[in-house]
Amino acid sequence: MIEIDYIYPEIFLILSLLILLVLGVFKKNSYDLIKKITTICFLICIPIVYLNNINDLVIFKNSYAVDSLSNYLKILILISTTFSLIFTGDYIKIQKLDKFEYPLLILSAVIGMFLMVSSNDLIGLYLGIELQSLSLYVLASIDRESEKSTESGVKYFVLGALSSGLFLYGCSIIYGFTGSTNYYVISESLKASTNIPILFGIIFVIIGLAFKISAVPFHMWSPDVYEGSPTSVTSFFALAPKIAGLGAIIRILYICFENIYVEWKAIIIFISIASMLLGAFAAIGQTNLKRLMAYSSISHIGYVLASLTTNTKDGVISAISYLNIYIIMMISSFACILLFKRKNIYFENINDLSGLSKNHPVIAFCFAATLFSLAGIPPLAGFFAKFYVFKSVIEANMIFLAIIGLIASVISAFYYLRIVKIMYFDDQKDKFDEVETLGIKFSILVSSLIILFYFISPSFILEFVEVASKIIN
Amino acid sequence: MNLPILSILIFLPLIGVFFLVFTKGTEEFIIKTSFKVSLITSVLTFLISIFLWINFDNSISSFQFVHEKKWIKDFINYKVGIDGISLVFILLTTLIVPICIISTINSVKFRIKEFLMSLLLIETLMLGVFCSLDLFIFFLFFEAGLIPMFIIIGIWGGEKRVYSAFKFFLYTLFGSVFMLIAIIFIFYEYGTLDVTKLLILDIDKNYQNYLWLGFFASFAVKTPMWPFHTWLPDAHVEAPTSGSVILAAILLKMAGYGFIRFSIGLFPHASIYFAPLIFTLSIIAIIYTSLIALMQQDMKKLIAYSSVAHMGFVTLGIFVFNGNGLAGSIFQMISHGIVSAALFLCVGVVYDRMHSRKILDYGGVVNKMPRFSTLFLIFILASIGLPGTSGFIGEFLILLGVFKNNYFVALIAALGVVLSACYGLWLYKRVIFGKIVNSRINELVDLNKKELLVLTFLVLLSLILGVYPNIILDTVSVSTNNIIYIFNEKTNIKMTFND
Repeated sequence: MIEIDYIYPEIFLILSLLILLVLGVFKKNSYDLIKKITTICFLICIPIVYLNNINDLVIFKNSYAVDSLSNYLKILILISTTFSLIFTGDYIKIQKLDKFEYPLLILSAVIGMFLMVSSNDLIGLYLGIELQSLSLYVLASIDRESEKSTESGVKYFVLGALSSGLFLYGCSIIYGFTGSTNYYVISESLKASTNIPILFGIIFVIIGLAFKISAVPFHMWSPDVYEGSPTSVTSFFALAPKIAGLGAIIRILYICFENIYVEWKAIIIFISIASMLLGAFAAIGQTNLKRLMAYSSISHIGYVLASLTTNTKDGVISAISYLNIYIIMMISSFACILLFKRKNIYFENINDLSGLSKNHPVIAFCFAATLFSLAGIPPLAGFFAKFYVFKSVIEANMIFLAIIGLIASVISAFYYLRIVKIMYFDDQKDKFDEVETLGIKFSILVSSLIILFYFISPSFILEFVEVASKIIN
Repeated sequence: MNLPILSILIFLPLIGVFFLVFTKGTEEFIIKTSFKVSLITSVLTFLISIFLWINFDNSISSFQFVHEKKWIKDFINYKVGIDGISLVFILLTTLIVPICIISTINSVKFRIKEFLMSLLLIETLMLGVFCSLDLFIFFLFFEAGLIPMFIIIGIWGGEKRVYSAFKFFLYTLFGSVFMLIAIIFIFYEYGTLDVTKLLILDIDKNYQNYLWLGFFASFAVKTPMWPFHTWLPDAHVEAPTSGSVILAAILLKMAGYGFIRFSIGLFPHASIYFAPLIFTLSIIAIIYTSLIALMQQDMKKLIAYSSVAHMGFVTLGIFVFNGNGLAGSIFQMISHGIVSAALFLCVGVVYDRMHSRKILDYGGVVNKMPRFSTLFLIFILASIGLPGTSGFIGEFLILLGVFKNNYFVALIAALGVVLSACYGLWLYKRVIFGKIVNSRINELVDLNKKELLVLTFLVLLSLILGVYPNIILDTVSVSTNNIIYIFNEKTNIKMTFND
């Protein structure tokens, strides 16, 4: 087998992107067709990635890793992206976003994410980040008629470009001191000696990545972008880019910087605590559901980072399981948010949900279960996710981090509860439109069933993740 | 026995919940069937618990009916089993729930199906708490009760329901967080969460105090001990009658059970170290909340504060570390479960007729409701602890236990008994006797058959337990002695057994 055989998934996606692009240019009103084909491409890509998982390899002169971890994250990216295409169908039609570029931009973002989770080289990582981000900037402003969407696109672009600049600057410092951009070489030379200037480079690299996953203090863009972008795009933002960003962070921290654990540990602990607390406190005052979800995802990223501070295999396992369950909860919550429409106008304010439980008991129940799960109340899936994280954190002897995290989770329980309160305790308003499409029903059904019945077999996800993270020592 | 009877017991109400989920049809049909279904499941659960009681061997100190199953890979096992202490709490739970369901007919006016679902869900979770032999499973059941209770207070409560639901939820969640950390730490240090193994294990003295505090944070909120009790009156006042009954009769007992099983069992050194703290808080709870109860204008609030005072006795009895105190605490919890449930039902009876809980709106009820007044009197007396009622045995045993340990504390605690007579009898006087001031009193109708049946049943129960307490004491004595025995083994301090 030659090395190129191992990147069939990427080749497949790039080819389909190019073919679909040509198709979209020459065929009028081809949104429906292209969206369907893109979805099918994602679904076909899952077995391709899965069958690729033969043995752990780093190809192309140690610059591109095809191993169990990257394959696992790729499958996760594909599944979550497929979901975000499935349940946004109605929204895109009603908001007249049905341009053929929409699915194609998502497709190219996914290719970027593939690069991010696989690359074993700073330059490759940068290319992946840029491919992903540029597609996301355009996606954020895809609703050309809306001021908010345009604003969020520009905001995202300006801040994103800044963070890419910081990232590149960090890479150049590291290159200057180690003479390479390859993770293995950098790791080796960091083992031999570290000095203060190279730490600057490392900090800049971490800042650049923290920006991409919207961790505090580099989170400022995310509430605005979440609120301004069309909800279908927001749901995508909340899912796949987080997986890719965390995949890149895991690889960089645990492979590239594995020998300077002590140095990066302090940074990640700070980012994690700040994210958990800010996500919890800032969300209390929010009334816009999408903004609230932005803060909620900030605090969830904080929990994932908390388990990454441990520098143990358990930490990685719990981080990825948390990410998994987070993805499921986000699919469920955004699918629910996309249901809140009356006469084709979408509602985003939490007060619009009042009395939902009387008008739509099933939706209210699913949304409430998701919110309780986000708050980490047993026996829902979110509790187990938090439990894995705090277990690994306590096993690494960082009880203070666990205490802060759990207190933050009590605080954040308050705003999740407020939504439950509005849905269940307040007077009812007009009914929302009934759901006709299958995709959104399917997404809610699958995700809330997993959330509700996860407790029956809590090691279900753990077993997969354990296999995935076997490359981490 | 191969049949996992405890798991059947725990999850039977859950099956009822599933039945209710799929009940569809006209409104009347839904209400009727959901009542039938929930009543049948809860009565069946009660019968199973009776079956357990009959088959339970009083003379064995180890856990019985143990059922174990792998759950999370090499990490946590689903393990349930009971000893005498668990058994009496299981009996209390399965007994109170059908009574709650019967009383729901009057007190809940809308979304009855959902209410009954929450009730059955709570029953499953409470039974799980009392049966679990794994700390993680315990925590899971312990915490999960928050959601249905939040819903019950929030949807069916009174005016300030949202405030009290939030207060209840956040207080208890905050307390439990520390218990979760302690549990994870125990797993990290000792590699197991199996209670039977942990009970034999001697946990390092250096850690014990912190771990004890972690558990205490959760139990103190749930007990509730002073000064963490403020959620309770709010939650009670706003909850519907059957919600109050569940809250007072069963939910408050979880923490007492936790203290006995985990705080004393796992951390004996820390328990001795912190016993003065518990004494102080308990005594403040007994005296201070009794005084507050005296001042209340709202009947439910008064009973809620009296619950805090009674739970003060319970914690006092647990932390004197002798057989009398422990048995007394358990007895007191059972008795409080029955009596406070009955008192809340009594308030519910007049509230359904008058739609007021203010004491000032009442007076002279005896003229119109003689039967009710008689039963109410017996419950008030039982709550005070009059000899012959169940309340007396519990308080007496606790005071006996405390006397062996500390005269001064016992003296002050005994004062609490007097105070409880003050607020109890004064409440009775103001509501039942006196002139009829409010014209609406004249329209009151005496108890109907159903209410009479339920309340008479509870009166009989209280009197039987008061006259023949051995029904419970025999069941628990071996288990309490075992706990004291293990405690002494671990601490090497001679403590007295139950004579």
